[in-house]
Amino acid sequence: MAPVTEIDLRSASVRELNGALHRAEPGTSWRVLHPGGAHNLAVGLDAAVDVVIDGHAGYYCAGMNQHATVTVHGNVGVGVAENMMSGTVRVRGSASQSAGATAHGGLLVIDGDASARCGISMKGVDIVVGGDVGHMSAFMGQAGRLVVCGDAGDALGDSLYEARIYVQGRVRSLGADCVEKEMGPEHLAELAMLLKAAGRDDDPAGFRRYGSARRLYHFTTGNSY
Amino acid sequence: MHDDPAALGLRESATFDRATIAAIQRAAETGVYDIRGWGAKRRVPHFDDLLFLGASMSRYPLEGYRERCDTDVVLGDRHATRPLRLATPVTIAGMSFGALSAQAKEALGRGASEAGTSTTTGDGGMTPEERGHSKTLVYQYLPSRYGMNPDDLRRADAIEVVLGQGAKPGGGGMLLGQKITDRVAAMRTLPPGIDQRSACRHPDWTGPDDLEIKIRELREITDWEKPIYVKVGATRTYYDVKLAAKAGADVIVVDGMQGGTAATQEVFIEHVGIPTLAALPQAVRALQEEGLHRRVQLVVSGGVRNGADLAKCMALGADAVAIGTAALIALGDNHPKWDAEYRKLGSAAGYFDDYQDGRDPAGISTQDEELAARLDPVEGGRRVANLIRVMTMEAQTIARACGKAHLRNLEPEDLVALTVESAAMARVPLAGTDWIPGTGR
Ligand SMILES: Cc1cc2nc3c(=O)[nH]c(=O)nc-3n(C[C@H](O)[C@H](O)[C@H](O)COP(=O)(O)O)c2cc1C
Repeated sequence: MAPVTEIDLRSASVRELNGALHRAEPGTSWRVLHPGGAHNLAVGLDAAVDVVIDGHAGYYCAGMNQHATVTVHGNVGVGVAENMMSGTVRVRGSASQSAGATAHGGLLVIDGDASARCGISMKGVDIVVGGDVGHMSAFMGQAGRLVVCGDAGDALGDSLYEARIYVQGRVRSLGADCVEKEMGPEHLAELAMLLKAAGRDDDPAGFRRYGSARRLYHFTTGNSY
Repeated sequence: MHDDPAALGLRESATFDRATIAAIQRAAETGVYDIRGWGAKRRVPHFDDLLFLGASMSRYPLEGYRERCDTDVVLGDRHATRPLRLATPVTIAGMSFGALSAQAKEALGRGASEAGTSTTTGDGGMTPEERGHSKTLVYQYLPSRYGMNPDDLRRADAIEVVLGQGAKPGGGGMLLGQKITDRVAAMRTLPPGIDQRSACRHPDWTGPDDLEIKIRELREITDWEKPIYVKVGATRTYYDVKLAAKAGADVIVVDGMQGGTAATQEVFIEHVGIPTLAALPQAVRALQEEGLHRRVQLVVSGGVRNGADLAKCMALGADAVAIGTAALIALGDNHPKWDAEYRKLGSAAGYFDDYQDGRDPAGISTQDEELAARLDPVEGGRRVANLIRVMTMEAQTIARACGKAHLRNLEPEDLVALTVESAAMARVPLAGTDWIPGTGR
C-alpha cells in the first residue's frame, strides 16, 4: 500500500489541496483532515487517485470528478459530484440539494438522505441513495439510473427524458410525464448490480421502477406544460 | 386601377397591423404559439438614436490615416492568470452547434481568429471543429449543461456562465426535433428527433451567494487560469451586474432585448427584457459604484450591427461588444441570392427568421447535410473577418474624429441623443440642449 498523503485544511488552503490533487499521480492516496464544511473540495480531479475527506464538506465536493474515488466521512452541501464524468464518490452521511446534478458518468453513493433535486438533469451517472430523496429528484433526467432505497419526495422524475428511477419506499408524487413502469428481469438485474456496487443488500424485488411516458417529447396543441 | 389599397382611400389599422392580423389567424388555425429565431423586430430606442459630437474648436481631432487609434482589449484580468488579449473589441457571441451547422460554427471560428478576436460555444457543447479553428474560444456554462465536461473546460480560453439571453431573459432554450440529428442528440445526451426544452435555471445553484461558490469551483477546476464571464439578459441590469461582479465575475456580458436567438416564442422575444441602450448605462453605473468599472470588463450585445454601434457602446462605457445576428448575415443569412428559396418557405430575403425550422437555404441554421454544405467555412470565415475589420475601422474613424487615440477613450461626453427617450436611457443630453431627462439636469 502506498503511503497516504495528509492535507490538513486548518493550515492548507482549498487551492493548495486542489492544486496538489490535480498534480497527483494515479494510484496515490490522500486524506483531507479538518475539512470544516469548506466548499469545492477535491474538484476537477482527473486521475485514479483515492481521496478520503475526514469530516463534512460544503458545496460541489468532488465536482466534475474523473477517474478518482472520493469518500466523505460526513455530510456534504449542494451539488456533490456535480457533472461527474467517471470514478466513484461516496458520502457516508447525507447530502444537500442537487446531488449528482448533470453528472455524465461514474457512481455516486449517498449512505444517508439526499435533499431536493437529487440527480437533476443527470446525463448518465448512477446514483444510489441509502435513505430518502427530496422533491423534484431526477428532474429532466436524461440518462443514467437513480436508486432510492428510502422514500422519494414530490414530483419525482418531472419532465424526465431517458433516466431510469428505482424506489424501494413510498413516492409522494410523480412529476409531469413520469410514470411507473413494469419491472422486467433486465431491470431487476440492473438494480441488483447497482445495489451491489453501492455495497447494499436490499432486495431488488422490493423496488418499483419509474420512467418517462415520453408524452412531452414533441410540442403539440395538447401539451399544456 | 391601383394595386395599392391605400391609394383607394382604404386605411390599415395601426393597432391591428398586417403582421398582427396574420399572427391571430395563425394562432386560430394551429392552436400553438409561434416559435422563431432572430431577435425583436419591433422598433425600440437604439443606438441610431445617438449621435457623436466630432471635434472642432474646443476638441482636437486625430488625423484620419496617420495618427494611431488603438483597438486592443484585455478581458478577464481581474482574477484569471491567463486573460484574453484581443486585437479588436468586436467578439462573436455564443451560438450553439445544433442551432447552427458545423460549417457555420467553423466559419465563425475562422473569422474570429483571422480578425484577432474570440468566438463562443453555445447550448450544445464544444465541437472539435470549432475548437480547432478558433484561436480564442469562450466556453459557455449553461443551465442545460449539454455536453459540459472538464476536458473541454480545460481546453477553453474562458468560461461564460450563462444566466440568460436578451431575447428571452427567464427562459430556457429550445431546439426543435428536425434539428436534433444523431450527432446533435449524442452531444446533448438526448433521444434523436425530440423537441428539446432546455432548463431556464441552473441545476445546482440559485442566487448570487451560490454563484460566488460556483465561480470558485470553476476556477478551482481550471487552476485559476481562465477568465470567468457571467452573461445576463437585460432586465434588472443595475442589480444583476452588481451581483455578478460581487460574485466574482471577471467579465460581464449584458445582452439587450434585441439580441438574436435560434428558437424562442415570439411573445417572449418581443415582450420581455429591456433595450440594449437602456441596459448599458445601468451596467456601467453599477460597476462604477462598486469601483469595478474597467476592472471587471463589460461586453455588450443585442442589435450591434456596425462600427457606429460599436463606437457608441464604447463611449457609453463598454469594453467590448458581441455580435450574433450581424455575424450570421455576414455568413450569408438573408442574402438576396436565396430569395426564391426563402419564398418557397413562406418568407423572403430580409425577412427570414425561421432558424428553428432547420431548412435554412443559406446553410447556416440547419443540420441538413446538403443545405449545410452550401456554406464554405473558409469563404464564410473571410466574410466574418471582413465585417469585424470594417466595424473596427468605422469605430476608429469616429474615435479619431472625436480626438481619441484608443477606442476605449470614447466617453459619454462625446454623445448626444436624438430623442427624449434615448436621452433618458443613455443619460446623454438631447441634441442641442443640455437636458438629460431624469437626472434633474
Ligand atoms: C442562432 C443563434 C443561436 C444562439 N445561441 C445562443 C446560445 O447557445 N447561448 C447563448 O447564450 N446565446 C445564444 N444566442 C444569443 C447570442 O449569444 C447573442 O446574445 C445575441 O445573438 C446578440 O444579439 P445580436 O444577434 O443582435 O447580435 C444565440 C443567437 C442566435 C442568433
